[in-house]
Amino acid sequence: MNALKIAVASGKGGTGKTMVATSLATSIVPEFKVNFIDCDVEAPNAHLFLRPEIKETQPANIRVPVIDEDKCTACGICVQICEFHALAKLMDRILVFPQLCHGCGSCQRNCPEGAIKEISRQIGSLKAGTTGAGIQYYRGELTTSEPMPTPIINQVKKWADPDENSVTILDSPPGASCSVVATLHDADFVLLVTEPTPFGLHDLKQMLGVLSQTGSPGGVIINRDGIGDENVEKYLNRTDYPILMKIPYENRIAFGLAKGHILSEFMPVYKARFKKLFQTMLGRINGGRSR
Amino acid sequence: MLLMISSQGDSLHSQPSLRFGRAPYFIQYDLNSDEWAAYQNKAVMESGGAGVVAAQFLSDHETDVALSGRFGPNAHQALSAAGIQMQTFDGQYETVQDVINGYKSGNLTGVS
Repeated sequence: MNALKIAVASGKGGTGKTMVATSLATSIVPEFKVNFIDCDVEAPNAHLFLRPEIKETQPANIRVPVIDEDKCTACGICVQICEFHALAKLMDRILVFPQLCHGCGSCQRNCPEGAIKEISRQIGSLKAGTTGAGIQYYRGELTTSEPMPTPIINQVKKWADPDENSVTILDSPPGASCSVVATLHDADFVLLVTEPTPFGLHDLKQMLGVLSQTGSPGGVIINRDGIGDENVEKYLNRTDYPILMKIPYENRIAFGLAKGHILSEFMPVYKARFKKLFQTMLGRINGGRSR
Repeated sequence: MLLMISSQGDSLHSQPSLRFGRAPYFIQYDLNSDEWAAYQNKAVMESGGAGVVAAQFLSDHETDVALSGRFGPNAHQALSAAGIQMQTFDGQYETVQDVINGYKSGNLTGVS
């Protein structure tokens, strides 16, 4: 088996991404070598459930430009090139806005005067450890007030460097923006978690739009089944995306999660359900590959 | 003396915009000649850095004073570096013309 990446995403926040991701990871270890990456770098929370022992921490830096005023002729090429508007030409001087910089290096490579060098700027940190169950755990943390999560997501994914025969579970941030795309663009399967409410449906549609662009196979878990209405199910029945599991709205689930426990551990019936879900996803991935 | 006012529409009768970088239009007004022109703000569609793009636009149009409801931190830094004065107005001004009159009579709030 090649290294496998499964991303858990949602669109709407608070639908149960981390509940699903931690349960899935816990259900298939140690049968499979499991890496867990918390890509919600603005508010990572999977460690509250997995309780890893953190063994390694390293800074997450990006390279930002510094202008050598002696060499700069204020030609403005760097300003035109920068996609992120991190540079401006004002009063015949180039001004850098480091918080807008994605660290792509285009300005430096295209400066005809060699007037741009890059320095490291720390925007967060990366952490790694292992859980009691033997899951390799990674997370990125964006420093408070820093606006740019995507470089950290890319770095923590690269750092985890999954090997052959491993399964990597990516716990995505909510929403359908750049940070979500950075998390799941190279996933072999995207597991979407939603709830049967108008808000859940609205954001689910956005996520299905993202998947149609990335081309990843996907499926849906309906959490808090029993609340809201039928429209999520009706909608999905008209698409190619299967409903892979329904998790009912139950007090005992809420109580267990609120204590920081993992669903598949405090309700072992879910361990079997998540194992089966994993096999279903494997089947869909391999089916897609053979086509 | 060139003013640039953030605006919801493309005329002096338009409602002024309380946002700078994400304002749909900028109205340029020349205090010496009373001539004016409307520009679509291209920064409004940017995913990030709208304030910097808008400030660059004002600088390229040799604006002396920027008038808006509020300037974000990047816009503020860029406009300061460009030597463009900033003044703010609140929601009581109904049209861009009212803002210009308010500026002329010294009723707007200066931003340092």
